[in-house]
Amino acid sequence: MANPNGIGAPVRRREDARFLTGRGSYTDDINRPNQTFAYMLRSPHAHADIISIDTADALVSPGVRHVFTGADMAADGVNSLPCGWLIHNKDGTPMKEPPHYPIARDRARYVGDIVAVVVAESREQAKDAAELIVVDYAERPAVASIRAALDGTAELVHDDVPGNVCYDWHLGDKAATDAAFARAAHVATIDLVNNRLVPNAMEPRAAIGEYDPANGEHTLTTTSQNPHVIRLLMGAFVLGIPEHKLRVVAPDVGGGFGSKIFHYGEEAIVTWAAKKVGRPVKWTAERGESFLSDAHGRDHISHAELAMDADGNFLGLRVKTDANMGAYLSTFSTSIPTYLYATLLAGQYKTPAIYAEVTAVFTNTAPVDAYRGAGRPEACFLIERLVDIAAQKLGMDPTALRRRNFIPKEAMPYLTPVALQYDTGDFAKNLDMALPMVDYAGFAARRAESAARGKLRGIGFATYIEACGIAPSNIAGALGARAGLYESAEVRFHPTGSVSVFTGSHSHGQGHETTFAQLVADRFGIPIENVDIIHGDTAKIPFGMGTYGSRSLAVGGSALVKAMDKVERKARKIAAHLMEAAETDIEVKDGRFTVAGTDKGVTIGDIALAAYVPHNFPLDELEPGLDEQAFYDPKNFTYPNGCHICEVEIDPDTGVTKILNFTAVDDFGRVINPLIVEGQVHGGIVQGIGQALYENCVYDEETGQLLTGSYMDYCMPRADDVPSFTVAYHEDAPCTHNPLGVKGCGEAGTIGAAAAVINAVVNALSDYGITHIDMPATPEKVWRVIHAHKPAMAAE
Amino acid sequence: MYNFTYHRPATLADAVSLLGSLEDGKALSGGQTLLPTLKQRLASPADLVDLSGVPDLKGVREEAGGLTIGAFTRHADVAGSDVVARVIPALAHLAGGIGDRQVRHMGTLGGSIANADPAADYPAAVVGLGAWVRTDRREIAGDDFFTGMFETALEPGELVTAVHFPKPDAAGYAKFANPASRYAMVGVFIARFGASVRVAVTGAGPFATRVPAMEAALAASFTADAVAGVTVPPDGLNSDLHASAEYRAHLITVMAKRAMEAMR
Repeated sequence: MANPNGIGAPVRRREDARFLTGRGSYTDDINRPNQTFAYMLRSPHAHADIISIDTADALVSPGVRHVFTGADMAADGVNSLPCGWLIHNKDGTPMKEPPHYPIARDRARYVGDIVAVVVAESREQAKDAAELIVVDYAERPAVASIRAALDGTAELVHDDVPGNVCYDWHLGDKAATDAAFARAAHVATIDLVNNRLVPNAMEPRAAIGEYDPANGEHTLTTTSQNPHVIRLLMGAFVLGIPEHKLRVVAPDVGGGFGSKIFHYGEEAIVTWAAKKVGRPVKWTAERGESFLSDAHGRDHISHAELAMDADGNFLGLRVKTDANMGAYLSTFSTSIPTYLYATLLAGQYKTPAIYAEVTAVFTNTAPVDAYRGAGRPEACFLIERLVDIAAQKLGMDPTALRRRNFIPKEAMPYLTPVALQYDTGDFAKNLDMALPMVDYAGFAARRAESAARGKLRGIGFATYIEACGIAPSNIAGALGARAGLYESAEVRFHPTGSVSVFTGSHSHGQGHETTFAQLVADRFGIPIENVDIIHGDTAKIPFGMGTYGSRSLAVGGSALVKAMDKVERKARKIAAHLMEAAETDIEVKDGRFTVAGTDKGVTIGDIALAAYVPHNFPLDELEPGLDEQAFYDPKNFTYPNGCHICEVEIDPDTGVTKILNFTAVDDFGRVINPLIVEGQVHGGIVQGIGQALYENCVYDEETGQLLTGSYMDYCMPRADDVPSFTVAYHEDAPCTHNPLGVKGCGEAGTIGAAAAVINAVVNALSDYGITHIDMPATPEKVWRVIHAHKPAMAAE
Repeated sequence: MYNFTYHRPATLADAVSLLGSLEDGKALSGGQTLLPTLKQRLASPADLVDLSGVPDLKGVREEAGGLTIGAFTRHADVAGSDVVARVIPALAHLAGGIGDRQVRHMGTLGGSIANADPAADYPAAVVGLGAWVRTDRREIAGDDFFTGMFETALEPGELVTAVHFPKPDAAGYAKFANPASRYAMVGVFIARFGASVRVAVTGAGPFATRVPAMEAALAASFTADAVAGVTVPPDGLNSDLHASAEYRAHLITVMAKRAMEAMR
């Protein structure tokens, strides 16, 4: 009998009871005896030399224990926060990698850069004292945008980075692409801005540093998606603490969306300060600090051209992108607009020649790094906008043009001209499933009905493919990654048959405590209640790489399968011994071990008991215990893909865009928990809609001040901004190279949605002579398009 | 938040006397603007005088055919009041659209108008209905109450006690909410009293003001079409990240039309 909580069952998230009743344990919920509180004094200037810092008054302010500056850290030999991915320029030279100190030393480079740290008995006292610190700044001109940074006369963000260029990188075959354009019958072009976003995890970042002088051990509790990565980066590179003396704990974490992957200065500060102060040091970001100092996302300016033959077959794609790195290189910043962006520019299409150039620039803004989708939404947006422009130019139906250029499923595995090898995918099937769901045939009538009410209706399509579970480690290493990209798992059966699973993946909203437990319950035929998933503590779990890039199930789940394989191999031997049968005669089904052709059988629980109470046990052949560990390094990325369709209605009087329908058909490979998958898709779609219509991070061009530093000005999508979504998936093209056949679903919604929404908006505005509108398509922007064309329309 | 001394007087007289005697005192009503401002250390009054213990400041009653609403009456209580719904339904509708549920259950009428946020909703009704703002010492005409961005005719230490809204024959309110903050980017309140019409706009300029051209057009023909043709110049209107003055000016006409369509 199939396990009711096994693979494929829509099990409700087991962790939700804890979260919804306020029993979660987030970093800020944790308090240590005798703890102190840190307050980060941040630069109010985007770009200023720090002439001097006078901390005398702060030091004698009530409750203050210490005030630290960059000089104190320098004196202790604290190093720069490392960048995790080395990119090489076109000419083979390495990228510019200026130092990024936890506390700025002689110059502040963005509004929010930490310049001093106060440690006091309370948060309020620390804050009071920080107001007494006198920093003498000599302001420099702020470089607040990509355009400003690349202006030949721009101020330099780092003196040793000429032109503010971090790297000038390329991918693909330039000559072949130029040749494709030379013989093109049609060329579609686009200039676009991929708007900068603030991640806005519900839980702000927080960190607690502790030091135990009795054994020299440091503990950092932090809001991280990957505690082992933080331990490695902070221990080995920044503070010089050996790993056996450093424990990093990431307890319940309230959302990350990428922004909690990176090693932040505050983590190093509280860890280092705890030893200096001799007491635990706690820091929790206020929301305003999150806006200023969480690594932001996106921020590209691109020019792209698509060459086609007379029939609309894609011949070549040329892309030139400028990407903002912010003031310093965050942990994975450099890989995002390169190996996670340009490698995806083939999309679902058999474009034979692609050439992409990416220039990464420094600006006086917060660091920019991975944000849900990380490079792939930028690639999808560019391709899918360009394809719509091409369809408009050719007078072709946008679905027909896409279909004409899809990589057929028969061509899988398919090597793209931008270095990836897609293993599976049936792109036509996604579209075939989605079109009847949205009644595409009835769209013209719906558009006419809207027009009769004075409204503009539009439909937009986006097909996407993404690359998840970055791997394999050796290839990633050759491309510049400075870390491995495997995952770990340990399956520990207890004597009475319950199981603790230790995973290197980290759950901060993904539902691992449910999904991973389903895998174990399914495999061993045990109740899901008998399985606990433990993650987030380097003192408990094997070395793991954490959760990002939709990798947990594909990589972490595969490691878990490998560990379960080991358990089963040993259990089979024990079963053979218990039943006095040959190992080759043991059959295993749903956790029951039977002797072929007999009614003899034992359960995994019987075997676990025998393994831990080995009175009747093959001790000369086997060790006691039933506890196995595995590491899994994937052979390839996984390639989730899908088709998103959005229908909007625009009010021409106000320019307001209302989303009427949003439909997503996705191929995530095999689905373990459809309920969680649907939830991930919903959340992802809302974030994509947020970028398309609402969210925009704006710095003042002159001063470099963050203008959208609160929810009064940074517009998050709300529940009433979006309709109920229609989502479906198919499992007809499972991943071919991991044991579960899974691909990953965490980012898909965000990757497809923005392009589908903007394609729908542009479609709705098709009578107004535009081919593109930049995100977010705010009411005023849309109204201006309509307003600008009003005289012409009236004259017709 | 900096330290302050907290007072919670039980009578209006005590509240007025405290605010008159304290050197750096500030009245705390619903606190929906003041408390976030304090938390962000953007204000540091030495004393806070919490008005929540003063019964005289609360409640809705009919007076002279119109409504008198105590300054400490919360938005949700106005929105949910049967009396308001019967006498001036447009006012109940306006109150029910302020902020979000949490804000409506804390924020008060007096706090809103005394704060005089240029994007608040209530000022549109105070001006649009030709209301009278009652204070501890006088009555101020709605037209004269708002004098600038976050500025009113109130003197130092003067406390709003109630607002009297005359009953119109019909009134309507429509707003275009700022997508981020949901404050009014443009809100238009229209009220007809016999042959005369009042049109008040909030959110678009530094403070709520009337639009004489629209009033004249509507006095001639009290229809949505009559106001749809009246455009407002953008001069002097607010311009920010969310909307230019030109777009706000356009929205005034659109929202005026919608206020007419929502006439109740």
